[in-house]
Amino acid sequence: MSSFFHVAGAVAARQTYKYFTNPAFLAPALFPLFFFVAFAGGLTRVGDVPGFDYGAGYIAFQYVWALLQAVSMGGAFTGFSIAGDFENGFASRLMLAASNRYGIILGYTMASIVRAVMTGMLVTGFALVIGIPISGGFDLFGLIALALLANIAATLFGAGVAMLLRTQQAGPVIRTPIFLVLFLAPVFVPLSLLSGWIETAARLNPFTHVLEAARGFLAGDPTGVASAFIISAILILILALWAVYGLRSAERAG
Amino acid sequence: MGRDRGIEVENLVREFKKGPRAVDGIDLQVEPGEIYGFLGPNGAGKSTTVLMLTTLLPPTSGTATVAGYDIVHEGPQVRASIGAALQEAALDPFLTGREHLHLQAALHGISRKERKRRAQELLERVGLQEAAGRKVRGYSGGMKRRLDLALALVHGPQILFLDEPTTGLDPQSRSALWAEVSRLAREDEVTVFLTTQYLEEADVLADRVGIIDRGRIVAEDTPESLKAEIGRPSVEATPAERGERDAVASVLMGFGEEIPAQPGAVAVRLSGGAAGLADVVRALDKEGVRVTNLRLDEPSLDDVFLAKTGRSLEGAGEGEEGGMEEAQA
Amino acid sequence: MRSSAFLTEVMAIARRSTVRTMRQPAVLVPALLFPMLFFSINANGLDAASRIPGFPTDSYLDFAFAFPLIQASLFGAITAGADLARDIESGFFDRLSLTPMRPVALLGGMLAGVVALGLIQGVAFLTVGLLMGVDISSGVGGMFVIVLLTVLVALGFGGIGAILAIRTGSVEAVESAFPLFFVAIFLSSINLPRELIEQDWFRFIATVNPISYLVEGIRSLVITGWDAQALILGFGFALAIVVVAIGGAAASLKTRVV
Repeated sequence: MSSFFHVAGAVAARQTYKYFTNPAFLAPALFPLFFFVAFAGGLTRVGDVPGFDYGAGYIAFQYVWALLQAVSMGGAFTGFSIAGDFENGFASRLMLAASNRYGIILGYTMASIVRAVMTGMLVTGFALVIGIPISGGFDLFGLIALALLANIAATLFGAGVAMLLRTQQAGPVIRTPIFLVLFLAPVFVPLSLLSGWIETAARLNPFTHVLEAARGFLAGDPTGVASAFIISAILILILALWAVYGLRSAERAG
Repeated sequence: MGRDRGIEVENLVREFKKGPRAVDGIDLQVEPGEIYGFLGPNGAGKSTTVLMLTTLLPPTSGTATVAGYDIVHEGPQVRASIGAALQEAALDPFLTGREHLHLQAALHGISRKERKRRAQELLERVGLQEAAGRKVRGYSGGMKRRLDLALALVHGPQILFLDEPTTGLDPQSRSALWAEVSRLAREDEVTVFLTTQYLEEADVLADRVGIIDRGRIVAEDTPESLKAEIGRPSVEATPAERGERDAVASVLMGFGEEIPAQPGAVAVRLSGGAAGLADVVRALDKEGVRVTNLRLDEPSLDDVFLAKTGRSLEGAGEGEEGGMEEAQA
Repeated sequence: MRSSAFLTEVMAIARRSTVRTMRQPAVLVPALLFPMLFFSINANGLDAASRIPGFPTDSYLDFAFAFPLIQASLFGAITAGADLARDIESGFFDRLSLTPMRPVALLGGMLAGVVALGLIQGVAFLTVGLLMGVDISSGVGGMFVIVLLTVLVALGFGGIGAILAIRTGSVEAVESAFPLFFVAIFLSSINLPRELIEQDWFRFIATVNPISYLVEGIRSLVITGWDAQALILGFGFALAIVVVAIGGAAASLKTRVV
């Protein structure tokens, strides 16, 4: 067990060190920030639609989505760097040296959390500049917890794909599903105002529950919290198995 | 018709913003109908010279005429007189060989009917008629070079520029290309300006060779004269037993001065020419030393390069820097 | 005489760029699929916006239909720009420069390829849009004008792509400009009418962003019918972009060919 954490610590330390030598590690926040500006800036009147009852206002409504998008994209980008490590041969060195290879997955995940904290803070800083209303009564810890869970889930998904494909071509294979999951959700209006096929898609999308609960936390009106955490836990469990499956396939390939 | 079909270059210079002069004042003359081989290692300035002579890159200073036209002031006339196959084999992977030829012919203003005939004729000439309908993506390196050559010939140019036409090709494709190039010069009287880093290519193909190193021409003549200037052949002997190296050396020293040899072997430059080989064999026999290998080497263009630059052409590429003596003519 | 030779050159190059695009499903399929996918997600997700008091139509689907057309023009322009940059990188451009071809013919040929792709996209999206229930108020005549304006927009964006390609000669540089264009589309009246944009700074950006007027020109044909002012502004800005971009590209070309 100690070797498991030892390996994880070493991998995480290397990844994190790489962040600080290259500011490009904040790149996953770029598109979320841009969508945030475009939607929160341009669509505020959508908050006036009859039946749109979100206490914290439209900017806050969009901030939650941007935050979750930034941390999920951070997870996806971790997948890109794992794929890169396989291509440049670093991963094979890692596989040889690691006494407990599951620690590799944990290490990448830990590093990904560090990155998520940074990108999350960047998006939050932006939101404060744009003018997100700060009122008392919201549950910041609940919001942060859900954001971290979303990051872990996305990281495990990306890690699994990256270790399965082991080339940079894993990029779109990781990004496209995450993008779809993010957009097939109540992005612009609450679930109750959606209709048509997008409503069906959003209801089936587990991310919808995380998003709605996170928005509830920010408005100081938590709803569906239990189901959001249970769904996140199940998702992480399944995706952890997926990542282990990817690791095994990489082991077999040598 | 051009004023003549040759090339004249006077004190041509090209500087790039960073680094030394890529081409540092070269003079040369290529006679009509001649194959001129421009030989030198990677980064010597061969391609830069070709880009300037084909009007794709303006010179920093100096003058040159191609087919009698000035490369700076008469670009369109120069381009109409020349064909060029440049290093990258720049082809569109999604077009077929025939489509490339039709496009090139159309841009040369060749009529639609003539285009078809010309394309077919060139495809046959370079042996691509079967692959003509396939996308270039599936072509081998040799096929791409042959298509490149055909494209350069679409408008029947008087002067042909070939920039390292056989780099990276297998020996078979290489000799096929050589045959085609010499046929062009002999039968169609096309003037050929060819760059290469292969000694053999310059030796086999070129009527005259210019050796370029670090942007300067260090020697220029027919391959035969260049080698004759270096002079005499050398002989290299490998003793059967390591311990007999000294014995072999003392025998060989009687026939000429010692020169560098393979590890464990001895080599001398024969002062009496190739005829001395028989004497060498007799002398070795008389001393009772056995040799496993005895080789007579005619001087090669590499020896010429070595004599002119102090380095061997092999591995004299861009990567290695300074420290060497400047060429002693 | 000279003009007919020029036409031959343009045709030969246009043929080549169209042929190579058609032979690459990896380019063609996303160019047709992604704008429509994004349109469908956006139109459905923002459907409730049509209930904002003062919204100009009761169908957000109709309102949003300009989006895929503009986005598709952008895709086409970036693809064509990247192709041109690749030709410069690979030396194909040098090969063509050695022929007596006028350099402007190269630009003309490339842009003719952009127009061809823009036409295909315009017609395809119009067909799919009608099947999805988009209602074109200006009728059949309006559809032609929609395609015409779309093609003009593609031509203008294509000119900008050409400038980037010629100036940088790098595929990577052209492709990395894509997000910038994408951002510019979103910072316009693409999602809401300008009068319904609440934040002053955003409304200001959308008002000075020429893309707003391209969008509003197409949109007016869909939701209002024949609106002279919107059409004049739309075509005016489209033509201005075409003239400036293609003029700029032609001037850039001079710096590259001796």
